[in-house]
Amino acid sequence: MTLLDTTTPTTTGGTISLAEPRDFITLLKPRVMSLVVLTAVAGLVVSPGALHPTLAVISILAIAVGAGAAGALNMWYDADIDAVMTRTAKRPVPMGRVSPEAALSFGLILSILSVMLLGLASNWFAAAFLAFTIFFYAVIYTMGLKRSTPQNIVIGGAAGAFPPMIGWAAVTGDASVNSFILFLIIFLWTPPHFWALALFKLRDYGDAGVPMLPNVAGERSTKLQIFAYSVVLAPVAVLPWILGFAGVAYGAVATVLGLNFVRHAWAVLKMADGDERMIPAKKLFGFSILYLFGLFAMLIVDAAIAPLLGLGA
Amino acid sequence: MTVASDDRVRLTEAEKSARRKRSIAIAIVLVALVVIFYVVSIVKMAP
Repeated sequence: MTLLDTTTPTTTGGTISLAEPRDFITLLKPRVMSLVVLTAVAGLVVSPGALHPTLAVISILAIAVGAGAAGALNMWYDADIDAVMTRTAKRPVPMGRVSPEAALSFGLILSILSVMLLGLASNWFAAAFLAFTIFFYAVIYTMGLKRSTPQNIVIGGAAGAFPPMIGWAAVTGDASVNSFILFLIIFLWTPPHFWALALFKLRDYGDAGVPMLPNVAGERSTKLQIFAYSVVLAPVAVLPWILGFAGVAYGAVATVLGLNFVRHAWAVLKMADGDERMIPAKKLFGFSILYLFGLFAMLIVDAAIAPLLGLGA
Repeated sequence: MTVASDDRVRLTEAEKSARRKRSIAIAIVLVALVVIFYVVSIVKMAP
């Protein structure tokens, strides 16, 4: 049917929506989702115990959708500052392709669905953990911390660090010290990753009024804190091998990657103040993504494939 | 969007195309949900 009554409520201020499915997929932050899937799979695979493979796949899907829902809620709430920053200005809500109301409904419906699905496929502890993570990211980080403190990334980073614990909990039904180590790796990785980005996108965040560390504490302090977190992160990332829930192959990769992370952070620390090109910061940002992918991919390889070959832990 | 003489909204081609794509996507998601809940039920009921 192509005719509508003009009194029919419409989605974007009186016009018919031009939103396509790909706009809603963009709301899910697919790149963040891919990292969530990887880390959640790692938690699930490394955990002691087993989950039916079909239920494991559905659980990972639920965790991914939950993360996407949190992303949609974040894009709904942050549309005003997203419109100001070059990195985010083309997102569907600031572009006007998806109305804020539609983004909010989409995020809420997917949140409920993902939590229900995880509860049914694995257990309700994992489901409650996922619900808390969505709440933490959408409400505590997005609505609270992001606009109020330069430590937004430090505390808010916890939301991004929970997925491996949720993957672990999907199998065991609880949280353990070992799963907390996986949390800690991402938690310590987040500040240097985002502060490296904030260094070369300083003006963007300043224009949007988001109190990122470089705008508030200055470049020197940010570089020092990046280096400090990196020095703590590198040895913590080796702990899964030291504590015995990952093999020597993981330990070797984590050590090499960790040393490189510290080397990149050192280059950022030595970067001249006022350096417009910010090459070391851009290199650290790029390497930090590779680092996290490398660590968690290696955890999966080590736990799932190496034993089949008679290698690993 | 254009307003026709009979005082009703006539969708443009772009609006019709976007709505059709959204409808198909919703249908796919609903079917996927039915399949997923069915599979979870079967696996959970298995001995």
